Amino acid sequence: MAKPIRNGFESMKKDFFLFIGFSIIIMMAPRFFAGGYLMNVLVFVGINTMLAIALNLLLGYAGQISLGHAGFYGLGAYLSGVMTTTLNMNPWLAMPLAALIVGCLAFMIGLPILKLKGHYLAMATLGLGIIMYIVFNETIEWTGGPSGLSGIPSLEIGDIVFDSDVKNYYLIWSAALAVMLFSLNLANSRVGRGLRAVHDSEIAAQVLGVNARLLKVEIFALSAVISSLAGSLYAHTMTFISPTSFGFNFSIELLTMVVIGGLGSIYGSFLGAALLTLLPEILRGANDYDIIIYGALLILMVMFLPGGLVRGIPTLYRKIVKVKSEANHA
Amino acid sequence: MQLDQILQYTLSGLSTGAIYALIGIGFSIIYNATGIINFAQGEFVMLGGLFTLTGLQLLHLPLWASVPFSITATTVIGILFERLAIRPLRQPTPLNLVIITIGCSILIRGLAMLFWGKDTHAIQSFSGDNPIAIGGATILPQHIWILVVTLIIIAINKFYFYHTISGKAMRACSYNRRAAGLVGIDVRRMVLFSFIISSAMGAVAGIIVAPLTMTAYDVGVMLGLKGFCAAIIGGMSSGISTVIGGLILGVLESLGAGLISSGYKDAIAFIILLLILFIRPQGLFGKADSERV
Repeated sequence: MAKPIRNGFESMKKDFFLFIGFSIIIMMAPRFFAGGYLMNVLVFVGINTMLAIALNLLLGYAGQISLGHAGFYGLGAYLSGVMTTTLNMNPWLAMPLAALIVGCLAFMIGLPILKLKGHYLAMATLGLGIIMYIVFNETIEWTGGPSGLSGIPSLEIGDIVFDSDVKNYYLIWSAALAVMLFSLNLANSRVGRGLRAVHDSEIAAQVLGVNARLLKVEIFALSAVISSLAGSLYAHTMTFISPTSFGFNFSIELLTMVVIGGLGSIYGSFLGAALLTLLPEILRGANDYDIIIYGALLILMVMFLPGGLVRGIPTLYRKIVKVKSEANHA
Repeated sequence: MQLDQILQYTLSGLSTGAIYALIGIGFSIIYNATGIINFAQGEFVMLGGLFTLTGLQLLHLPLWASVPFSITATTVIGILFERLAIRPLRQPTPLNLVIITIGCSILIRGLAMLFWGKDTHAIQSFSGDNPIAIGGATILPQHIWILVVTLIIIAINKFYFYHTISGKAMRACSYNRRAAGLVGIDVRRMVLFSFIISSAMGAVAGIIVAPLTMTAYDVGVMLGLKGFCAAIIGGMSSGISTVIGGLILGVLESLGAGLISSGYKDAIAFIILLLILFIRPQGLFGKADSERV
């Protein structure tokens, strides 16, 4: 599952150009789609890409599952929302503060929770996510409870107020590209290699001098911080949040994005996020039945393309080519 | 007055606790035979309730016939689940198993939504709704049904695991699958058996609880998680400690909802779950076991 270790200068250069190319395409996109409803959907693709990358760092690189990431996402959104509405704080100050609080919280919870493995970790993080969801619903005096929190201010830089889909697109995608670049770097750094070692064998990693326990907790906290930032951005671009966006189902959706795109692939996370965000738009008529498709996708991916689309499609392609050339020989 | 209330909460807590215990035992049976935590366990419970509804309303069967119909139908789903999703898996790593059982769980839930719709359905009580007074508290006949059925199921379970060849073979698998294979036990068949038993038990739990709480396509999530919590308290045993775990959970939840806040009722179970996993991952009554940590 883990990628072969690449730290040569050549591959770094290749990665760099790939990223530049990707960024240019992303930044050009509004020229073609501006004005339409699609713009709004693409903003969500950006937010979901950040979230999928955050989960992928934990799941794909360190091999640790979390079914509670929607909780951290929600916590970021609500902290930003409450601090800017009730406490009248500047959004630019509230966002890092929220991320800091979520990061510290995740670190403290991570210490005991990441001692658990496999199924137990899955259940524990799931429980954690549901507890957070219940708290969003029940602390009505702060969050507005099930009816949601409205009137969250938009972000501003000087005279520019981020209140339209196109402006939000640039805002969200700048953040998403930053998260992507950071994660690509992290994956090819000492930390990334340590994470992959932990993924393959925790004991072997520890023997080689990787502090596996601390590393897992740190990546869990980092992943929560990215999710929290995505949550804050979501709150400020939508200006309204309610608990339903941060429930168990969304945690599962994030998991599906990461698995479909490919564990341990940053671009895969983008692909998964884009697919799963656009899918409900394509399946308009199917309204709530899209969960059937999520379920089927999860099963099919694990069974037939465990490497996700990013690795699965090239493999599939090679197989088809091979079969064809064999047929030609015969 | 206060004492009566506590008695009331305890009694209703015991009957929901019995349901959690049944679901928890379902989790443990599959876990012990295969090492899988079946995230779709709650869906069996949901299917149990909804198939009974189909039996009663669509097929116009009497209750005594709807119940076996529902158990059979749910068990067939359990068998299909094992055959189509678990057995063909080429890389059965814990991560893949978690993802695939979650996938199955939402697939089953989605299909249930397609067949039965999103409405909440009521199912008739087994023997009327006249409350029975006990001390200063009252309980419904359905509560008694739940407790009695749970006791019977646990007794059958005990008999199966300790006095029949296939039950003993299944226990052998839970101690060591390889060794069980070496002495001639067909491990894969035992895996299938474990899915059959636990889907049937899930269905029973869903059937007996449905008249009290109503049923809908999405009841499986919470019930499944609470059942898992019961199993964790009991140290994933398929015996009495999971039953006690379920009862403790049911009573604590009911008391917490009544005396502290009903909004946080569901949070209580998960806080207990996290505390147990952090402090005593081997369960309240178990000996230290490094497997889970």
